[in-house]
Amino acid sequence: MDFLNAIVALLNFVIIPAAAYGAQLALGALGATLVYGVLRFSNFALGDTMAFGTAITILGTWWLQSHGVSFGILPTALLALPFGIAVTAALALATDRVVYRYYRQVRAKPVIVVIASMGVMFVMSGITRFVIGVEEIRFVDGTKFVIEANSFKQATGLAEGLALRSTQLLTMVTAALVVAALFWFLNSTRTGKSMRAYSDNEDLALLSGINPERVVAITWIIASALAVIAGTLYGLDKAYKAFNYFSLLLPIFAAAVVGGLGNPLGAIAGGFLVAFSEVGVTYAWKKVAGYVMPEGLAPDGLLQILSTDYKFSVSFAILILVLLFKPTGIFKGKAV
Amino acid sequence: MSFLAAENMTGGYGAADILHDCTLRVEKGQIAVIVGPNGAGKSTAMKAVFGMLKLRGGHVRLDGEDITQLSPQDRVAKGMGFVPQVNNVFPSMSVEENLEMGAFIRKDDFKATMEQVYDLFPILRDKRRQAAGELSGGQRQQVAVGRALMTQPKLLMLDEPTAGVSPIVMDELFDRIIEVARTGISILMVEQNARQALEIADQGYVLVQGANRYTDTGKALMADPEVRRTFLGG
Ligand SMILES: Nc1ncnc2c1ncn2[C@@H]1O[C@H](COP(=O)(O)OP(=O)(O)OP(=O)(O)O)[C@@H](O)[C@H]1O
Ligand SMILES: [Mg+2]
Repeated sequence: MDFLNAIVALLNFVIIPAAAYGAQLALGALGATLVYGVLRFSNFALGDTMAFGTAITILGTWWLQSHGVSFGILPTALLALPFGIAVTAALALATDRVVYRYYRQVRAKPVIVVIASMGVMFVMSGITRFVIGVEEIRFVDGTKFVIEANSFKQATGLAEGLALRSTQLLTMVTAALVVAALFWFLNSTRTGKSMRAYSDNEDLALLSGINPERVVAITWIIASALAVIAGTLYGLDKAYKAFNYFSLLLPIFAAAVVGGLGNPLGAIAGGFLVAFSEVGVTYAWKKVAGYVMPEGLAPDGLLQILSTDYKFSVSFAILILVLLFKPTGIFKGKAV
Repeated sequence: MSFLAAENMTGGYGAADILHDCTLRVEKGQIAVIVGPNGAGKSTAMKAVFGMLKLRGGHVRLDGEDITQLSPQDRVAKGMGFVPQVNNVFPSMSVEENLEMGAFIRKDDFKATMEQVYDLFPILRDKRRQAAGELSGGQRQQVAVGRALMTQPKLLMLDEPTAGVSPIVMDELFDRIIEVARTGISILMVEQNARQALEIADQGYVLVQGANRYTDTGKALMADPEVRRTFLGG
């Protein structure tokens, strides 16, 4: 019984939250890694692209709700998602036109483009705050729980409750569908393959008649879609606050770098690795330990390695360790 | 009129010229070979012919048509295929995907061409699902040549196709190149293995410091004592 309780507590407080968070990071890291692979720079504006896209999605959600539209048991935000993606992709393409294209033409060093992307980040974060403000916004509706803690306790007779929020399940399902679609696109379509070819060997792609501007445009559209989906899922799961998305930049890049920048599979693995490390290190293991340790040996302390206030230091530590010992990441990306 | 006539090419990467009045011609279905010391400008001459370098003087004609102003992509559409000296495959993509990317500009069905490439280089058929970056040097060169053949070029340009491969594989590659030429494709090739290359060459060019030093048939260059002494090691 105690063992079962330990497993349920582990699921409830570590595995499910980390899996949902990992899926969100994985989507964000995919966007980062695609931009890095094709445009060859780390896009610091990614966090604020997520914030902007989610803000637009929220506006769309409110508009739909004010017209009495809802998505039944699912959040209305899902219906507004295509609108958020379209607006964000348009903004990304416009940004490419006025900012990044120039640096491509003069073949600027990646570090210069990174700095340019910081400028873009400030502009975007300004626009976002102008559009939706700085307050915390909750925009989730529909059914709240798939599995509810109390009814789980009653049904199983266990002391520990297990809760699975709809947004958590939704996050994982959506992420799986999006990743499957992305890999199908990259591996099975002519356009997707031309993107990989361009990322692999730019000069040879040119010699083969692949149009770089088209590849770049498609990359921005896909990266925007990934950012908005990740941002909306994160906002549904937690809450929307523009600043939080800026903070997500660190775990997202940690995920992309751990997996190997430019490697999509690595980005997914990296997302989950970072999420599980973060949750694992900041979770107070006292409860789980109490169930599995023999009577009397149960620890007094919380068994929490780091307070949740320091959760971002986990990503930071991962980032530094990877850069020191395996700069190409676990899945062999381009060296950074 | 030669099939390819790149005449009096002068130009370089920046202010200084690398090529000085350099002329290269290839006849239909023949093999022309460029040899010369390291840094002579052989690769630069190839890039100039392919439009990857701005020329200050001279012109390039393909099948009588002046293509001097065309971009490399447009030259591919006109029937030129180029295998660069380095970075000539997509390393993370499979052999088959490399060939598909070679055929990127083709709107028709290229399956038959792919079969021809596999017939020419049977090893590629066996390795078609493997990433090109994981292949041996010789196999990678075959992928590179195969990729360029996918557009069904009328002129195939090869920059040191046998660099870094064993003598056996080199002979093998030269045989394949002769085979390609027999199908009517003209070949312009830079080679470090000057003797073997001149042996199969209809036309040979010895390039020194960006200029033509000797130009003759492959046989005649091999027989020329001056060329033998200075460039072929006796
Ligand atoms: N991208 C470049 N930018 C500037 N200069 C270059 C560039 N590539 C080559 N050069 C210079 O042009 C000259 C000719 O180089 P090139 O590569 O054409 O020689 P090569 O005959 O092909 O030599 P190798 O036998 O080593 O391949 C050299 O002096 C080289 O330094
Ligand atoms: Mg060279």
